[in-house]
Amino acid sequence: MPEENGSGAGKRAGLLDTVKETVKQDLAGLKGVLAEKGKEELEALKEPEKTQLFRSIFRVKRDDTPRSRALSVLTNVFFHLHPAKINRDAVRYSYTWGMGGMSFYLFLVLTITGLLLMYYYHPTKAQAYRDILYLHHDVPFGQLLRNMHRWGAHLMIIAVWLHMLRVFLTGSYKRPREFNWCVGVILMVLTMLLSFTGYLLPDDQLGFWAVTVGTNMARATPLLGHEGPFGAQLGMTAFNDVRFALLGGSIVDANALLRAYIWHCIAIPLIASVFMGVHFWRVRKDGGISGPAPVMLESELKEEKKGPRPVILRPSGTR
Amino acid sequence: MWGDWHQLWHIVSVPDNVPIVALLFLVPFYTWYGFREAFAHDRLIGQLEADPQMAKTHHRKPYPYKTGWDKEVHVWPYLMRIEFLAAIILTVILMFWSITLNAPLEEPANPSLTMNPSKAPWYFLGLQEMLVYFDPWIAGVVMPSLIIVGLMAIPYIDANPLGNGYYTYKQRRFSIWAFLIGFLALWCVMIVVGTFIRGPGWQWFWPTQTWDHNRLEFAVNRNLHEIFGIQNRWIAAAFGGAVVGLYFVVAGYLMHRLCMLTEFSRKIYQRMTLLQIVTLHTLLILMLSLPAKMAVRLLFRIKYVLVTPWFNI
Repeated sequence: MPEENGSGAGKRAGLLDTVKETVKQDLAGLKGVLAEKGKEELEALKEPEKTQLFRSIFRVKRDDTPRSRALSVLTNVFFHLHPAKINRDAVRYSYTWGMGGMSFYLFLVLTITGLLLMYYYHPTKAQAYRDILYLHHDVPFGQLLRNMHRWGAHLMIIAVWLHMLRVFLTGSYKRPREFNWCVGVILMVLTMLLSFTGYLLPDDQLGFWAVTVGTNMARATPLLGHEGPFGAQLGMTAFNDVRFALLGGSIVDANALLRAYIWHCIAIPLIASVFMGVHFWRVRKDGGISGPAPVMLESELKEEKKGPRPVILRPSGTR
Repeated sequence: MWGDWHQLWHIVSVPDNVPIVALLFLVPFYTWYGFREAFAHDRLIGQLEADPQMAKTHHRKPYPYKTGWDKEVHVWPYLMRIEFLAAIILTVILMFWSITLNAPLEEPANPSLTMNPSKAPWYFLGLQEMLVYFDPWIAGVVMPSLIIVGLMAIPYIDANPLGNGYYTYKQRRFSIWAFLIGFLALWCVMIVVGTFIRGPGWQWFWPTQTWDHNRLEFAVNRNLHEIFGIQNRWIAAAFGGAVVGLYFVVAGYLMHRLCMLTEFSRKIYQRMTLLQIVTLHTLLILMLSLPAKMAVRLLFRIKYVLVTPWFNI
């Protein structure tokens, strides 16, 4: 029995010993490997751009070679709006004034601040004005948010006008950019309509009377307004004319507020985004930004060519 | 009452008027900035025209350039760093403005309490100011549509291939004058007038003149045909139509003379198709009808030139 016991105990001890021995060996092995692996990991931390995680996001080497510089623009979805290279003088502030880019940046700022404002705003007569008061007095940074949205909108209109002035003064609407100028004109109108539809939303005296003055003009639309030339003859009344369609009623009231809200927050931003996409796309397809181009002399005027014009295959701004 | 600086401050410091105060500085600044570049280019053009040998070898920009320099630069970093910087500066300006000045909020909307003056948003004040001189269907509907159509027509009626992609005044005198008269003299000035000059009852108050809500203006505006003693409304309509037609003919002829003024503009005029010429003249005549009607109103106190049973002009 004791022997059996002993042998049994010996067996148990043997198993335990084996396990102990194995674990010991493993630990001894791990000690070396862990130190090695840990060192590797620390080394990798010094160069994060070589990790798999980093390389999966940014696939281009970060160095000063022309290839990497070009690829870092071309392989980034947010940057690929740009060409890889541009006319050396196109980066001069005195040429573009940066107004187009600033308009777009302000549009983004307005989208973000507008989205945040939407969390606090109900487009109803009962609540709209109170929501603005709530923003002013209770929402953390609510007043700042509203201020940024308001002043950003004003700045954007000025930026868009100055952009148009610069495009005109540089003659950038000329061949082959005629169509993109037209898209730009539409975008300018949309910018002003965006601002105008937003004017009513606080539902205060300022917005109410501004929109009343503005939409009263629609009454006088020729043919389609009840006070416009030939409107009455065509059966227009205050309850079926174009002003009624704009306001959803014959006065600026709850329906007008809802319509202004939907135009302001959904419809016009969507339409404007589509036109912006076309605008930017065409800037590239029409050969990049227009200049500064070498001056042409009067003596070099040539006869206008008729027929289709060639598509520009290298849209980087050089001819 | 004159010298009322408090009144002026009251108008200028209305939060929504701050953009127009900014406009007062920004638009002249950038116009000057554009013209400075234009004159630099014009000087270069003058030199190149005087010296054909130089024209053959010159890089044709007023900016420094040496042979061997790259004609292009990488967008990353040379353009993108400017864009990021611009975004940061713009954000700082916007933040500063938003922290220092609160967006306006008046009393709750009240249809039974009319604001006096009740003004459209500032960017539409040019159109509202036009209401003084034209009926709403022209000022509020026809003119804005014409502005949009006219702007979109510019590239198709400007037959001058010079000045494409660089600032110049010398090579594009006519188009620059036409555009700046429209944009600066009509659009921007009318906005400034609508903001700073127009007070209660949309009456004219000079800067520092007190806004008097009880002021009455005894303006006797007559229609043109009444001055000539025409009683019958059909004859009056025909007479008014003839006057408007005469304006178009005379203005069209003057525009034609203007296009024939210099040898260069004659050359460009020759290149234009009939459709381009007709569109150009029509749009410019319609644009100039605003200052024309303003002159007729302010100098002769004439309300309508053309009176018909359906509409008046």
